[in-house]
Amino acid sequence: MPSLLFCGPKMAACGIVISLWGVIMLAMLGIFFTSKSAVLIEDVPFTEDDIRNDKNPPQNVYALYNQVGINCFIAAAIYVAVGAVSLCQVRLNKRQEYMVT
Amino acid sequence: MDSLLRGEELCLAQLFLQSGSAYDCISELGELGLVEFRDLNPSVNAFQRKHVNEIKNCEEMERILGYLLREIKKADISLPERDVNPVAPLPKHVMAIMEQLQRLEVELGEVTRNKEKLQKNLLELREYTHMLRITHSFVQRTSEREPLHVQYEEFPFLEKDTVMDYSSMQRLGAKLGFISGLIQRAKIEAFERMLWRVCKGYTILSYAEVDEYLEDPETGEPSKSIVFLISYWGEQIGQKVLLVCFVNFLMKASESVYTWVIQVKKIKAIYYILNLCSLDVTNKCLIAEVWCPVNDIANLRRALEEGSRKSGATVPSFVNRIPTSDTPPSLIRTNKFTSGFQGIVDAYGVGNYREVNPAPFTIITFPFLFAVMFGDLGHGLIMALFAFWMVLYENNRKLKNTRNEIWNTFFEGRYIILMMGLFSIYTGLIYNDCFSKSLNIFGSGWSVKAMFTAEMTDDLSGNRFLTLDPNVTGVFKGPYPLGIDPIWNLATNRLTFLNSYKMKMSVIIGIIHMSFGVILSTYNHLHFRKKHNLYLVFLPELLFLLCLFGYLVFMIFYKWLVFSAKDSREAPSILIHFINMFLMQGDGVPPLYPGQTGLQIFLVVIAVLSVPVLLLGKPIYLNWLHNGSQRLGMYRGYERVRRNSEEELYLMRANDMEEGSSHSDLSSSGDHEAEEFDFADEFLHQAIHTIEYCLGCVSNTASYLRLWALSLAHAQLSDVLWAMVMRVGLRMDTRLGVLFLVPVFSLFAVLTVSILLVMEGLSAFLHALRLHWVEFQNKFYSGTGVKFSPFSFSLLPSSFEHDGLL
Repeated sequence: MPSLLFCGPKMAACGIVISLWGVIMLAMLGIFFTSKSAVLIEDVPFTEDDIRNDKNPPQNVYALYNQVGINCFIAAAIYVAVGAVSLCQVRLNKRQEYMVT
Repeated sequence: MDSLLRGEELCLAQLFLQSGSAYDCISELGELGLVEFRDLNPSVNAFQRKHVNEIKNCEEMERILGYLLREIKKADISLPERDVNPVAPLPKHVMAIMEQLQRLEVELGEVTRNKEKLQKNLLELREYTHMLRITHSFVQRTSEREPLHVQYEEFPFLEKDTVMDYSSMQRLGAKLGFISGLIQRAKIEAFERMLWRVCKGYTILSYAEVDEYLEDPETGEPSKSIVFLISYWGEQIGQKVLLVCFVNFLMKASESVYTWVIQVKKIKAIYYILNLCSLDVTNKCLIAEVWCPVNDIANLRRALEEGSRKSGATVPSFVNRIPTSDTPPSLIRTNKFTSGFQGIVDAYGVGNYREVNPAPFTIITFPFLFAVMFGDLGHGLIMALFAFWMVLYENNRKLKNTRNEIWNTFFEGRYIILMMGLFSIYTGLIYNDCFSKSLNIFGSGWSVKAMFTAEMTDDLSGNRFLTLDPNVTGVFKGPYPLGIDPIWNLATNRLTFLNSYKMKMSVIIGIIHMSFGVILSTYNHLHFRKKHNLYLVFLPELLFLLCLFGYLVFMIFYKWLVFSAKDSREAPSILIHFINMFLMQGDGVPPLYPGQTGLQIFLVVIAVLSVPVLLLGKPIYLNWLHNGSQRLGMYRGYERVRRNSEEELYLMRANDMEEGSSHSDLSSSGDHEAEEFDFADEFLHQAIHTIEYCLGCVSNTASYLRLWALSLAHAQLSDVLWAMVMRVGLRMDTRLGVLFLVPVFSLFAVLTVSILLVMEGLSAFLHALRLHWVEFQNKFYSGTGVKFSPFSFSLLPSSFEHDGLL
């Protein structure tokens, strides 16, 4: 069975750190987007059209907010997976270290 | 605890060491690291010193150890990591160690030569293999069926798994060889296994146990040894066996080489110190002069008693404190938390003896000034977590002992980075900036709806911007409880508002920091008993600073408190008022408060008058002191007057004491000359100080504006990074956009760490350091002292560590 190890110890540690940061930050961003924070208005992909031709005024923009929020949550979930893979790599690296010395 | 504020009190002491116990006493002192030895034979060069032969021996031993370490490193044997700290062996054991090392060197030389022969043979045999394989392919085309193995007869290869039958072995005509030796019983199995693996069974190992218990040379315990005999045939096998023995030999050497390295280092250090001592008149006793902290004299006595006891001397060695007029070195005791901050103060200059130490204040002001320039909650959090991780794992050996310079720098400063991170979290909350976004924790104080309903015109679609006027009712509901209101994050005139706020804040912080520095100089004046400095130097300095720039700070606060949104159109410009104060004009603008012109004229007059007092006060006073009274007894303690005049005074005083004459009998003609010279020099010194201080006040105040500049740069960089990286990922509204967000976030994270944390962090660190070193410390700190470097074995550098061999 070919070795599942594909990155060294430092790369795997970086992977864990970035995944942890990604999970926390993207989850919080997701929460802020779904609570329609005004500070994040520039990050929502609305157009002039959305504002003018709206049947009931803020709902289009609100829908976009929700969409971006869900995007953030999905990205956070992907980072959980990346984090798990990095953790496995760290464990495999440690095991290899024991075997060699 | 006076030590961190000012440094410990040191005294000069004389040690009287009996010749027999000198070595042990110094060994004890080296283990404790209490005192700093002074060189009593400064005119003697290195080759004329007393113990030069012993030091040569030590260097010879170090050479052999270096050779051993290099061989061990080449053979890739890892040294056992032990926390051993063997004491320095007695002089009589030194020769034994020397002999052992020399024997090892000879053996190692022999074995190395054999190893090289083996490698040469291996190379030849490999070449033969290739040659044969290739020529075989030529031959095979021509010849029919020749048995192939015939050609291989004379060159048996052990890499191939061919089974050689008994007949071909005889045809080989190889010699039978033997190697015999002694090995410890515990290691015989590992040895046998290694031999089997390497030689693939072409050796015969026979062994028998020795009947009597032999003493193991290192541990001294009796252990069983085994005599072995290895029989082999073939040159290469013999050499392979030698190689196995070589590796075993190196492994045995590697166990004790670590101990020897430390022991030789200690022996050399002790002889070096013995060279610094001088013999007394009876030639029985060594005299050493040391600088010793006053609080440690009892420990010093105990160490000498211990040393005398260990060497079995009948007469004990003792210590005697002697008075001196030399300035002792400065000792400041620090722990793992304060050592980082003390280090950055010492990098500017080690303080004079018992001068006020800026380090305890730096523990708070340095991270604070850093945080004012860094000011981001998210970045501060990451920095604090990184430092926290380093602090938690600070006892981890792998982290402590890496050779990477840059990592070592960060690791040594882990407490500084932790403080910087924590303070940055605080200023991030105040600036309301977290990864360039504001947090709305308490609810904004501004209401857009109120402004919208108040606007009478419906034609708002033409305007790009909506201006929120705080004078309209309901728009401004009150200030945000902590920090800047989050609505400013959405405003286009955000920078105009923040710039004004940050510039004023920088000036206020700067004036406070500098006044604090000036006030700290009173500690120095009082300690060194120069009360005249308080009235003639400190007071004019403080008045100059506060009358001009303190008044500026007052005006800033006055404008903030008195003028509100209602009178924003008539709010005065502080800059115009400040300029008018100097020009003594006040007519063009309405006054800030009644009586302003009068007060301003008064302040300017005081400031201007304090300059000549600062310039002339001290020289004239000192001159009057000299001329007015003949008594030299005025000079007490450690004066900071010119060095050679101090020596003259000391000599004169010493002269007086010897001759028994009184002070007033001294001819004053010599004095006059010294004083006039003194006056000119003192006047020049004071003039330079005055100019430096007054011009410095203005330029240093402006220099603190870098607090505003760097915090603006950091905020803008952070904003740009978000806008150009994260926003691209977030604005994706296609289905695949979510997958795009994942690498975009990694890119954002990597750029945040490398640009905003590392680059901006280093930049803010540097500027905060500069503000401390120049603007703060030149108000009171001279930093021209010498650091106390005690004789301690643990502080001695090892040349092997430097070469990366250990």
